[in-house]
Amino acid sequence: MFTFELLWNALVAGVLLGGFYAAVSLGLSITFGQLDIVNISHPAFVILGAYIAYMGNEWWGFDPILTGVAAAPFFYLIGVGTYRFYYEAFERRDDEALRGLAFFFGVMFIVEVVLIMVYGVDFRSVQAPYIGGNWEIGMIGIPTRMFVPCMVSLVMFAAVYLYLARTFTGRAILAVSQDRLALELMAADPVRVKQVGFGLGIATAAIAGALLIIIIPIEPSVGRLYIGQVFAIVVLGGLGSITGTLVAALILGVAESLVSTFYGPSWAPAVAFSVLLLALAVRPQGLFGR
Amino acid sequence: MTRFWIGAVAVIAAGLLLAMTDIIANSFWFFAAYVVLQYVVLATAWNIMGGYMGYVNFGSAGFFAIGAYTAIVMYNLIKAPLLVMIPLSGVVCGLMGLGMGYLTLRLRGVYFAIGTLALAVVLETLMVNWDYVGGATGAYVIRPREMEPFGDYVKFLTFVMLVLAVIAVAAARWVERAKFGRGLHAIRDDELAAECAGIPTLRLKLIATTLSGFLMGVAGAPFPLYVGFVEPVSAFNLAYAVNAIAMPMIGGTTMWAGPVIGALLLGTAQQIANVTISSELNLLIVGLVLVLFVTLAPEGIVGLVRKYFGRGR
Repeated sequence: MFTFELLWNALVAGVLLGGFYAAVSLGLSITFGQLDIVNISHPAFVILGAYIAYMGNEWWGFDPILTGVAAAPFFYLIGVGTYRFYYEAFERRDDEALRGLAFFFGVMFIVEVVLIMVYGVDFRSVQAPYIGGNWEIGMIGIPTRMFVPCMVSLVMFAAVYLYLARTFTGRAILAVSQDRLALELMAADPVRVKQVGFGLGIATAAIAGALLIIIIPIEPSVGRLYIGQVFAIVVLGGLGSITGTLVAALILGVAESLVSTFYGPSWAPAVAFSVLLLALAVRPQGLFGR
Repeated sequence: MTRFWIGAVAVIAAGLLLAMTDIIANSFWFFAAYVVLQYVVLATAWNIMGGYMGYVNFGSAGFFAIGAYTAIVMYNLIKAPLLVMIPLSGVVCGLMGLGMGYLTLRLRGVYFAIGTLALAVVLETLMVNWDYVGGATGAYVIRPREMEPFGDYVKFLTFVMLVLAVIAVAAARWVERAKFGRGLHAIRDDELAAECAGIPTLRLKLIATTLSGFLMGVAGAPFPLYVGFVEPVSAFNLAYAVNAIAMPMIGGTTMWAGPVIGALLLGTAQQIANVTISSELNLLIVGLVLVLFVTLAPEGIVGLVRKYFGRGR
């Protein structure tokens, strides 16, 4: 069944969804796109962030987004620790390809199982004043539950973008995988730069997780589905291109929204992975690849 | 006859003896042994690609599940017996493996690994939306109560799985020793150099992915009869993908014995933890052990044994 009203609503919902996807994939765009670390466990950290927002909300009635922002520094430290471990165990020995991948796969699995053990497999959600509202503009409905996360996501995206583009450390993060030697000549230690970059990537997961649980109720294993989304977005956008990540996130959001409106929500999970397979097979360097 | 084949025949004979008599009366042991043996097949199949050739497959659960779903289709169509299902599931998954082999033309390393994960999710979505095989709600398969001369049908299934495990291990051992296996090693170490040295890399990769897919499909074929009810979440369970990677990594990826040791140890440990503690905790153990081994003992148990006992090939 096709009507223009449905089409316009699906497009608007898709853009809002894409804005949110930008937050989820921003961290991976830094760790995988800039630092060449295949952090397949990134979605698991997003889910962890979501559960922390849930805890703050359920126990003390904190606002989920503020909880996410407050948790970000801790996630930064977790990221720094994870990278140190990864560096000592794999990268320094030049052994990162296969074993590093298996390592992050294991980390993802551990986070998921620990969450299942603590919270069970029930779906959890949060309470906030902006959840449940709906603005009607003409025939288009904008749920605030989608609009707020999208805006927060774009603000975070802009902040990280400015940090990477304007500060010395930010530029060093962008440079580290391109020319390591030149970076060392600029008196920056590549390992410490990567440490900051990885920490930053994980820190964004705390906020992205808070946004996720505002949009939909979650349970521990949904993280796996987001592997498809985040990798599809980062690869489609082009590794190393932060702007590309944003564009790709919007494209994927709109594509998923159209498919779930016109073909049914049960087909939506396949969209991201199909886009990923297509992108990998046809244009591996992505839309904005270097 | 070498020692290996004598061992293989002895294992099958012992399995036959245990399955046909009532020495082990409690059929729980067969239920548990079936799962462990199924993991021997899966881990060995994964290792042909992941260990020998260096291409990580995160989509083992996809192959396993398609093996199971092929069996369901055969059951729904003609009520096919198990021994017809197994080779057919193998062929379907072998073809899927062949397709994945062509994917390696464009995708190397990390991208290939992510691509296989994508493949598994796409397949799961297809199965969820395919009503003929039960869709999201799942499909029932009625297991015969008895199978002569084994008595309980589970005994028969376990024996079949034992034979499949021996076949899989023999195939892996053949790959390892043949010129073919040395070609795969060359691809793992440096694909470009291997190509330059005149190794037909594409052909070898296609054979390896097809063989690996075939064996995974074979492992999945008896699954519907074993559980009696198949739905996408259980068939595409991430535990299969994690175990298929963790077991060879723990045992050691360079030798056929590695995945077997890994599967026997980890599989048995999981069965024990499943009964005595909880099923979540046993998955946590898998994750922790995987991370531990990947970090501390990259060559696995086989590597440790070689290091400390100095035994060469």
